[in-house]
Amino acid sequence: MELYMSLAIGILFAVGVYQILSKSLLRIILGTNLLTHGVHLLLLTMSRLKTGAAPLLGEEASSYVDPVPQALILTSIVISFGVTSFFFVLAYKAYQRLGTDNMEELRGKDDE
Amino acid sequence: MNNVIVLPLLIPLVTAVLLIFCAKNIRLQRWMSAISVALNVLVALFIVYQVDSEGIQTLHMGGWLPPHGIVFVADMLAALLVLMTLLVAAACLFYAFRSIGEEREKHYFYTFFQFLLAGVIGSFLTGDLFNLFVCFEVMLISSYALIVLGGTKRQLRETLKYMLINIISSTLFVAAVAYLYGTVGTLNMAHLSLRVAEVQQEGILSVIGILFLIVFALKAGLFLFFWLPGSYNAPPAAVTALFGALLTKVGLYAIIRTFTLIFYHETGGIHMIIGWMAAATMILGGLGAVAYKDIGRVLNYNIVISVGFIAFGIASVSEASLNGTVFYLLHDMAAKALLFILGGMIITSAGTAKLGEMGGLIKRYPWIGWMFFIALLALVGIPPLSGFLGKVLILQGGLQEGHYWLSGIGLLSSLLVLYSLIKVFMGAFWGDSPARREQQPVKIPRTAYGAAIGLTLIVILMGVGSEWVYSYTSQAGAVLTDPSLYINAVLKE
Repeated sequence: MELYMSLAIGILFAVGVYQILSKSLLRIILGTNLLTHGVHLLLLTMSRLKTGAAPLLGEEASSYVDPVPQALILTSIVISFGVTSFFFVLAYKAYQRLGTDNMEELRGKDDE
Repeated sequence: MNNVIVLPLLIPLVTAVLLIFCAKNIRLQRWMSAISVALNVLVALFIVYQVDSEGIQTLHMGGWLPPHGIVFVADMLAALLVLMTLLVAAACLFYAFRSIGEEREKHYFYTFFQFLLAGVIGSFLTGDLFNLFVCFEVMLISSYALIVLGGTKRQLRETLKYMLINIISSTLFVAAVAYLYGTVGTLNMAHLSLRVAEVQQEGILSVIGILFLIVFALKAGLFLFFWLPGSYNAPPAAVTALFGALLTKVGLYAIIRTFTLIFYHETGGIHMIIGWMAAATMILGGLGAVAYKDIGRVLNYNIVISVGFIAFGIASVSEASLNGTVFYLLHDMAAKALLFILGGMIITSAGTAKLGEMGGLIKRYPWIGWMFFIALLALVGIPPLSGFLGKVLILQGGLQEGHYWLSGIGLLSSLLVLYSLIKVFMGAFWGDSPARREQQPVKIPRTAYGAAIGLTLIVILMGVGSEWVYSYTSQAGAVLTDPSLYINAVLKE
């Protein structure tokens, strides 16, 4: 199971990085999104995948999964959701004002 | 257990929420923000007093004893940084009152300001690595909003880059936390320190250490500062002053904490890398500061130089240099905020940011001129101003540890700071004012003068009373040189 998860994480990272390196702003945002998904899976996998019971079944439970990574992932998902939506709005506004979504044209000059 | 240490975080958080509801009433917003910051300064003073008299204070959130649950820790370093953050914030707030513009004030400027403070202060006080990430995010998200507020073309363009860089570094932060949690199974910083000492896999821990270094270096502008000069040039001066004084320092604080508390066992490799990054930062920042003729750019590159200098103090791990790092960090927060506020006042009064198009301001604005001169001397490190003792200690530590090249570069960077700022001083204040700008002198509001005078007093008093300030910063340095003090304070119960 760990192997498949690692492959999935690797693919998500690779695609995310590839997208971030492109010129279109929309692709870049989607790339950051894929990257965060990869990181969340990484967090889940690094804290050992266990098949079996849910976390916090009570003190007598015979087996349960470590609940900390799940809490961390939940926090991180919320944050990345907020940041991504802000990024989309910003990109839209920037596209409206600047008339382009090509990063090459967004270099900017000093004298303005 | 001490519940007081959550107050510096809680006060701005509550104020920010309350401010949302009175967005249209600007006077009320100003009063509320000012009272909240003033109150918080008193709380911070009280915490410094408590840490001084009773030692490191801790708070276990929700009663979960460490290593479980989230712990807040106020050691002397955190307490002093919180105090200085609030003093700087008060000055920036006063400067913002009349300079930021009504439109921004109506569009939740003060709310974001308070959220930013909550994030910065939370980062200083937390004793949990993942909580540090959350506080970083609170700070960053408010900084995105502050940097783009106003929505000019330049702001929109620069915010896109600033956001992208920070999202990527945050992603790496979570990845580094994941690796660390997978390796040692805890996130409490004190507990991490113990576990990292026990674990024998040195290879993977070095990799994780480097990953953390990359993350924090991106946020601090240490070597990976390519985003900084452009982004910090976009927002108005009050916001840049706040960013320049606080945001990079939070990154540096994270580097200090990680590499003196968690990864301090293996001092060879990583500290050498920090040293080289510091050297490159000082040289490249110095070149940038010398090259440009635009006040904003010159000042932004000065942030970079001082980040490099502080990192030099971290790299040469010795008692003197760590004491000096703490002192210099505090000095730099006040002096940079002062410099940026004065820079903003110069740009307002001259009507341009280009040095070639201004001149002769000393006749009309003698106060700004003299305060700029004092800030300049303090940043270069002339006694009896605040920069002197920190520089002496950092260089002393560097020489003791045999980092002659780095010390040389550190001294050279002071010269570059002097040259670049004198260039601004001469260009703005000496000579004759250009004819076409002769007509009507701009009136600088009294609140702006108040903010600048307050910070100048801090810079002077920190220099004149450095013996007294040192008695506090050396306590902070003691915890950095001997992490067991921190660990015992957190894990004692």
